[in-house]
Amino acid sequence: MKILVCISNVPDTTTRIKLSSDQNAIDLSNVQWIINPWDELALTRALELKESSGGSIESVSIIHVGNAGSEATLRKALAIGADDAMRVDAAPADAYAVAHEIAEAVKDKNFDLILCGIESSDYNGSAMGGMLAEFLNMESVSSVSKLEIEGAEIKLNREIAGGYEVIAAQAPVIAIVQKGIAIEPRIPSMRGIMMARKKPLVVVPATGAKALTEFVHYTPPQPKAACKMIAADNPAELVNLLHNEAKII
Amino acid sequence: MNFDYTEEHLMIKQAARDFARKLEADVIERDRTATYPTAHVKEMAELGFLGMMIDPKYGGGGMDSLSYAIAIEEISKIDSSVAVIMSVHNSLVSYGVEKYGSEEQKQKFLPRMATGEHIGAFLLSEPEAGSDATSQKTLAEDKGDHYLLNGTKNWITSADNSSIYLVIAQTHPDKKHHGINVLIVDRHSPGISLGAHEDKMGMRSSDTHSVMFTDVKVPKANRLGEDGFGFTFAMKALEAGRIGIAAQATGIAAGAYERALHYSKERKSFGRLICEHQAIAFKLAEMYLKIENARNLVHKAAWLKDNNKPYSLAGSMAKLYAADIAMEVTTEAVQIHGGYGYVKEYHVERLMREAKLTQIYEGTSEIQKIVISRSLIKQK
Amino acid sequence: MNNVLIYTENFDGKFKKSIYEIASYGSEIARQLGGQAIAISLGDVAEGELKSLGTFGISKVLTASGDLFDTFQNLPYAAAIAQAANQENAGVIIFSASNIAKAIAPRVSVKLKAGMVFAATGLPSNLNPFTVPKKVFHGKAFADVVVGSERKIISLSQNSFGLREHPADIVIEALPTETSTASAIRVIDTQKASGKILLNDAEIIVSGGRGLKSADNWQPIEELAEILGAATACSRPVSDEGWRPHSEHVGQTGKIVAPNLYFALGISGAIQHLAGVSSSKVIVAINTDKDAPIFEAADYGIVGDVQKVLPQLNDAFRKFKAEN
Repeated sequence: MKILVCISNVPDTTTRIKLSSDQNAIDLSNVQWIINPWDELALTRALELKESSGGSIESVSIIHVGNAGSEATLRKALAIGADDAMRVDAAPADAYAVAHEIAEAVKDKNFDLILCGIESSDYNGSAMGGMLAEFLNMESVSSVSKLEIEGAEIKLNREIAGGYEVIAAQAPVIAIVQKGIAIEPRIPSMRGIMMARKKPLVVVPATGAKALTEFVHYTPPQPKAACKMIAADNPAELVNLLHNEAKII
Repeated sequence: MNFDYTEEHLMIKQAARDFARKLEADVIERDRTATYPTAHVKEMAELGFLGMMIDPKYGGGGMDSLSYAIAIEEISKIDSSVAVIMSVHNSLVSYGVEKYGSEEQKQKFLPRMATGEHIGAFLLSEPEAGSDATSQKTLAEDKGDHYLLNGTKNWITSADNSSIYLVIAQTHPDKKHHGINVLIVDRHSPGISLGAHEDKMGMRSSDTHSVMFTDVKVPKANRLGEDGFGFTFAMKALEAGRIGIAAQATGIAAGAYERALHYSKERKSFGRLICEHQAIAFKLAEMYLKIENARNLVHKAAWLKDNNKPYSLAGSMAKLYAADIAMEVTTEAVQIHGGYGYVKEYHVERLMREAKLTQIYEGTSEIQKIVISRSLIKQK
Repeated sequence: MNNVLIYTENFDGKFKKSIYEIASYGSEIARQLGGQAIAISLGDVAEGELKSLGTFGISKVLTASGDLFDTFQNLPYAAAIAQAANQENAGVIIFSASNIAKAIAPRVSVKLKAGMVFAATGLPSNLNPFTVPKKVFHGKAFADVVVGSERKIISLSQNSFGLREHPADIVIEALPTETSTASAIRVIDTQKASGKILLNDAEIIVSGGRGLKSADNWQPIEELAEILGAATACSRPVSDEGWRPHSEHVGQTGKIVAPNLYFALGISGAIQHLAGVSSSKVIVAINTDKDAPIFEAADYGIVGDVQKVLPQLNDAFRKFKAEN
């Protein structure tokens, strides 16, 4: 079995977002780039599956659409344990273009299981995995919070309103994963870091997929009014304010 | 000149930072109860921090001293107890065996030291031989095929939680320090007993004991180097160790500074954030400058070592300066926190206690001044 | 292409408020485009329930039910929605930004070559170029997205568009669907909590953090939720510690919520937590640390130990509920 994990490169989630002076872009200078948290959990789960598979999972590959600047992020994924990486050489214009590029790059590679994070922490699009499934004409399960491989069957939990479904699927399938799929992302080991440079990182030429959407303008959130403080021994005042001032209860 | 870190250096820094964040969860409690960080040391071993500089052919990471200094600094920002366990194991014991051991010794000992299965301790100080390491009282009598070890060692980091001791002991008292040997000793050999757990001011989560040897047999095959090499060995090992301690001191200072900066941007007085008061802002500027200077000294010493150039002077300067500014910076960090700085919850008082030890162990600040001044006078 | 197609997802045969929100929203866009607002409902929904969409300006509902639609499967669902869009010449297709939308909207997007905006926060600010507002970086900034394709897909964030009544005559029409979209995916078990208010539906959420100190201290949280008819939630450390299930974790990597009222109890307010709750209309915080960042995001705050304050607060709410 061969697993592919799709990796997006995003600003660290603690980054304070600054806008360019014309507000037509986000100022990404001095930003620390990380693996998108959901993709990192997907990678963690893929590695856990490989390690416990007794050799039946032969490889965990990663793919990313981006410029050379994101190779440090890919190298980290290799240091964590991915076996090889592909970088489609194009700026990630939108989810549609990214999914299209990934589909073109992997359509002949016979991956049995493809994992994608449910969204990226920057543009919050929740689109790429489902689009990739449609481009590749593959089955997909989204909102996956648990994934096990039992023989030829892939068992997944899909989160639904108020609970979850247990789903049995056959390879090939795309799992779009969310919180719960793995507990904690891994810290790369020193050996892993040293080996990362020796692992293949293949640059794949882009096919020129077109984006359908474009972010054109940004505005900062409205500053919030100061918090109104209430004495700890007077909770009735809070109830009063919620009722008469905020008119929320 | 090139001040850029490699991609690997940045990854190591981040990995050490991520690991250190986990230490933060129980660091105050372990400091209070003087509890050894067993689970954290296990994870540190799994992540390869304990064998990071050992040659990959013995199972290590094969990383340079700069990588090591970067990792030690990050871990020391949060928890110097864990950092000192790592430091003694790496830069005194593993380094010593790898640099001066025979191929046979290396194959026998290094693989399990690289994985952290065996933790190392370095036994040099004695009740009456601290800075003056020439006056070793512990005896290693030559009995033909083995040495017989008798005596007492003091202030031994990881004495109880290690498996491998590097013991410095006197074999030929008439030859003074030319008669000293260094032996690899199994910590569980018959005849070894530990003194009480030292109730330290700081770095309380690392275990420190005195170690007593009574007729402990050590095979001759466990001697590092030629007969009489022990004192030179100890000095060489300490020379290498200083880079680690200097990095640790830099980390302690940087950890305190980061907390002080953060606090000063949240805490208000007289209607303004305290970082907007010049009294605080100037402190922050001075702290940052000192840390940057210390880090540059540490990294230069590491660079010299990595490029096989003499680094004794650079290492001593780094250790002296970093330890002294760690004391200054942590004291200022407590001051910036005011009353909050004096209570344990805010970490800076602990960092201040930890800083003090860096001026004392692996060569006091005064010893570093001797090393530095002698080195200057010797120069043409 | 002036018509708007709205996928009206049902929950056990019923429509939730979020569906009436997208009905209102889709109708408004149809009015601006000069077209019709048409709904598509998949699976069994009673006629009366379908007709309730008419209140919010829907003039036609397409329905499909039967084996293919009994349980949610993204292939037949996406195929039916794309087919309906083609049949009705819909230029804009609207979803509510739910887990289901995450599964099928991207597929519909590829089928129709329609650019997609997920979690839009309001009406298009411009129809040409078609420009839709949404949050990015989990609310740390707002963005305008231009959709350049002929067809457009919008998934609307819950609680971001008020209900607008535009009663319309509504017709119900069956959508002819393929019967052979076989799937290699089988649902073998379904676990649903009954009687609990779901986080994404809740108007009020009571959320506990590390300040509660242990899993055993959740009783007053549950009490407050019961008094107010609220859902319970927690911060990340709490779910990581296993004090509460992962499904209750709200924050950047957990659930993103937008209730009218959010109680952050013993939660310090890490930036990742705030990213998940910042769309709440009113935030109340109780925390021992007066400098905790949660107070910067909160509207009302109490500095104090949540374990001491909460029982008194519960009494005050009980008294209020008894009197009102």
